[in-house]
Amino acid sequence: MSLENRPKPVIDNWNRPFFEAAKNDKLLVQKCRDTGQCFFPPAPVSPFTGRPHWDWIEASGKGELWSFVVFYQSYFEGMKDELPYPVGMVKLAEGPFMLTNLWDMSPDEAVIGMKLSVRFPGGPGDLVLPQFGPEE
Amino acid sequence: MNAPSISSPWPLRDKVAFAGIGTTRYGSFPETDSYGLGCEALNIALEDCGLKPGDIDGLIVSRIPSYERFAEIMGINPQFCLLTETAGRFSGVSMALAANALYSGAAKYVALVYGNNGRSVRMRYGGGDSQWSPWGMTSPGAIHAMMWRRHMHEFGTTHADLGPVATAFRHHACLNPDAVMHGRPISLLDHDRSRPICEPLQLLDYCLINDGAVAWIMTTAERARDLKRPPVLLSGYARQDNFTYRTSPPDDFWYPSLSATRSVYDRAGIGREDIQGLGIYDNFSPTVMFSLEGLGFCKQGESGDFVRDGTLQLGTGRWPTNTSGGHLSDSYMQGWGIIAECVRQLRDDCGDRQIPNAQAMQYICATNIAQSAILRRAA
Repeated sequence: MSLENRPKPVIDNWNRPFFEAAKNDKLLVQKCRDTGQCFFPPAPVSPFTGRPHWDWIEASGKGELWSFVVFYQSYFEGMKDELPYPVGMVKLAEGPFMLTNLWDMSPDEAVIGMKLSVRFPGGPGDLVLPQFGPEE
Repeated sequence: MNAPSISSPWPLRDKVAFAGIGTTRYGSFPETDSYGLGCEALNIALEDCGLKPGDIDGLIVSRIPSYERFAEIMGINPQFCLLTETAGRFSGVSMALAANALYSGAAKYVALVYGNNGRSVRMRYGGGDSQWSPWGMTSPGAIHAMMWRRHMHEFGTTHADLGPVATAFRHHACLNPDAVMHGRPISLLDHDRSRPICEPLQLLDYCLINDGAVAWIMTTAERARDLKRPPVLLSGYARQDNFTYRTSPPDDFWYPSLSATRSVYDRAGIGREDIQGLGIYDNFSPTVMFSLEGLGFCKQGESGDFVRDGTLQLGTGRWPTNTSGGHLSDSYMQGWGIIAECVRQLRDDCGDRQIPNAQAMQYICATNIAQSAILRRAA
């Protein structure tokens, strides 16, 4: 399997810092200044207040597996050779959910609630797609 | 989550009616398109209620690309007109918009027309660019698969629990000569062994993409009495949206927002026991489970037990659901066809699949726009 053939993310003004940081093995989320709560995907304002009062913080990279699926149907040409591939929904220690792939493990080993941590193994072009595997 | 007001009466109760219904065949029709199909459905609905295009002064078009082109084609120049979003949750939303327009006097006869040529244009639900596509996460089916896996974890439900939903709706399709899957019965074993699409969901948990169209003519209850067919009244409607985590699967099975729509009974003035059958938006089999739990037909987590002994199946269960075959076994007409079937039940139009003595039907749609409606026969 090759992350190089993955669909490229649509980079916009809000998520650009996330993808730039991922190139340096850092997982960023936004933190609301007024409530202290974190949110993701990147947005212009905090969903907790509706105001543009937030900061990027580096997340711990730790979380737990909330749920997961295994794709058998092909939707992306570049991922055909990865079928069947898992997608996990991870609840980050900081609160937000992130959809990602399960790395360094097979879907058979996935157990909801298991502790996971982030890795930065690569992605399409010079981009990096954070992946989650068993906690290191 | 705040429910729509329960104690205050709903001013629209029984004020608006379905006067005409039209559905086309469903299948692969590359010789036409969503405009052609929409015209066909609308003409059937107009014939059904005895109106002409010139009588229509309100128009809601869905999934057909342009409302102005559709209106031009049909020669309709309304006072109230809009195009609603293509997501299936907008069938119920469109119904409520029409009801409000009729109640407020913005229009006298609203035609609602949904046309879909998704099969012949090989419409894909999934793929394309999205927030999560670089991780291969795509398609509404995957979102429901993610939710159902979590449901299995939290409540001990299984994939097999979805089987009685798929087999009940297929049974209904076999009673409906117009259903796409008419004559093709399935067993629980077929459900269990169908090929995986996005685990834990398999082929027989997915709806059927086809070409087809559905039209409804809605008017005030008073005007409907003067038309050809017995009016079916919109007795109650309740809606609660929840757009939290819209870009990822919801972490609550829409349970709080669906629970809020239980106010539909008070709004309609009709209790659950006075309802004979259900129309549940079944884009995927788990949606039926979320709907039953959210509306309180069973406790949260107990939908597997609830449906196991044929509860949703005509002839064996208390709650015959999606008697046309629904999205799973008739066609994915995005709620439009399911609501049309509720109307047909309340006019005794359903032949072999008729629910005996159907006086009231309930529609439920479990999405981020949670909705429920109660329709009843006019006295």
